[in-house]
Amino acid sequence: MGLLYGLIAVGLALIFGLMDVTNFAHGEFLMIGMYASFFLFTFFAIDPLLSAPLVAAALFVFGAVVYLLIVRFAMRAKANAGMVQIFSTFGLAIVMRGLAQLFFTPDYRSIPHSWLGGKTISVAGIFLPEPQLVGALVSILAFAGLYFFIHRTDFGRALEATREDPGAVALVGIDKNRVFAFGWGLGAALVGLAGAIMAVFFYIYPDVGASFALIAYVTVALGGFGSVFGAFAGGIIVGLVEAVTALMLPPSLKSVGIYAVYLLVVFIRPRGLFGSM
Amino acid sequence: MDKNFAARRRRDLIIAALLAALAALAPLFVKNVYIQNIMVLTLMYAALSQSWNILSGYCGQISLGHALYFGIGAYTTELLFTKFGVLPWFGMLAGGAIAAVIAMGLGYPFFRLRGHYFVIATIVIAEIGLLLFQNWEWAGAAMGITIPVRGDSWLKFQFMRSKLPYFYFALALCCLAWFVTWWLEDSKWGFWWRAVKDNPEAAESLGVVVFNSKMGAAAVSAFLVAIGGAFYAQFLAYIDPESVMGFQFSLLMALPAVLGGIGTLWGPVLGAVILIPMTELTRSYIGGSGRGVDLIVYGGLIVAISLALPQGLVSLFSRSKAKGATR
Repeated sequence: MGLLYGLIAVGLALIFGLMDVTNFAHGEFLMIGMYASFFLFTFFAIDPLLSAPLVAAALFVFGAVVYLLIVRFAMRAKANAGMVQIFSTFGLAIVMRGLAQLFFTPDYRSIPHSWLGGKTISVAGIFLPEPQLVGALVSILAFAGLYFFIHRTDFGRALEATREDPGAVALVGIDKNRVFAFGWGLGAALVGLAGAIMAVFFYIYPDVGASFALIAYVTVALGGFGSVFGAFAGGIIVGLVEAVTALMLPPSLKSVGIYAVYLLVVFIRPRGLFGSM
Repeated sequence: MDKNFAARRRRDLIIAALLAALAALAPLFVKNVYIQNIMVLTLMYAALSQSWNILSGYCGQISLGHALYFGIGAYTTELLFTKFGVLPWFGMLAGGAIAAVIAMGLGYPFFRLRGHYFVIATIVIAEIGLLLFQNWEWAGAAMGITIPVRGDSWLKFQFMRSKLPYFYFALALCCLAWFVTWWLEDSKWGFWWRAVKDNPEAAESLGVVVFNSKMGAAAVSAFLVAIGGAFYAQFLAYIDPESVMGFQFSLLMALPAVLGGIGTLWGPVLGAVILIPMTELTRSYIGGSGRGVDLIVYGGLIVAISLALPQGLVSLFSRSKAKGATR
């Protein structure tokens, strides 16, 4: 189900792909989203499907705060801006994992009886698990929404312009920090959405993000930086490649196919499939 | 200017010799095995970070996949030792050579990539290496290799009773990596690399063969890191793919250089001297609870240092001296 990777990657596509800021804590954002969904279910019996918007809203605030407290300063660095971004967000990821261990304990948790969990639906004789199907649907919607947002609204133009030339943008009265804080919030909200849906059928533990984060980076880079459609296509390709690799190689090697395809693509097209940067 | 530069280099060399001598005497006063262990690790990471710095700092090709070369060094040494009885000293050199050849082989396609695409490619290739080793039965797969104990000897580079020989080897490796960096800094390669880092197009137009420069940096860097990997394997006497090739090694190699000052001669050493004891101490003093407090402190410090001193700790020293000193 490549669309799931797409769903995880869509938030990253915004932060990493469109704003050109490295976020090494993306997997940890996902982890927070999954935990939020889990606790809403356990304590308030709200089904993950219903709580997804709540989780997304919470993550929006979280993402914007992270930008204002950390990333804003990392971007201000005159020297080694790239490394400062990598290591400040990486440090943040470690802190978040530590906090999760402290407050949520390292136990594996899962959501036992949700509306979607474990059900399958039969489409033309093929049984599809419902949660994945919903995930795919949400993923398509999220991508369509982001695409519309970036290309059709003033905010999208402001975002693009801010990345291109923050100085010029300031001259026409756009506050760079507000635009980017909003962008980070939106990116975090999208990955929160992904977390809420994935909480239904994945175990939740403090390190869960790490296993998805690398694939999300590969997905975004495969599609090419600066392209929403590229990240979407990247997600589908990653999912297909993984499915095919899983058929041919032992399961423990299934990610090798994804990585190999990434290398192959960038060797032929050094800017990814649809990249503009 | 030239005279200043030569004087600075001479001064660096003298300071390094003094520091090395001081470090060599340290075990006379520090008898605590736990502290000695931290000192060995600190020196090893200083050496690794110094090597990483050659490619990523001086030449500007940020690699987050150096764990691959570290693992290759460790595995080559131990496979040759356990399967064919080749002494670790030769295995070490073989591992270094293999790593350098692989680095150049990978460099051929990789160095066409720029920015994020390059960084992700380096992460991905190390991850592929990790997965392959985890599934390679002959090399122990995910179980790894336990190095058989044959008694303490320099010949087999194996010491059970004392950590001192490891300490001196790590010190020597650290000195070697530092000296290579020092020497390269003033060679034509050093100038080429800095030119490639700052502006590859301009460098190319002035006759620097950008591609060859990157290849040279990659080979030297990978060779030294692989030696470090071989050392680590002998030191632990046990290796498995995750413990010598995991992504955390790529980051741990980069961190000291970044914290100390990327692309500087003293940055990696300074970064390692502060970072590694800090890592080990937080782990053992507050990590015992198993509740992640050590991670919170450690991660918080990384965030704080990288935000507060984007040019690294070295910038604290150079700020008072010449303004606009050569980066």
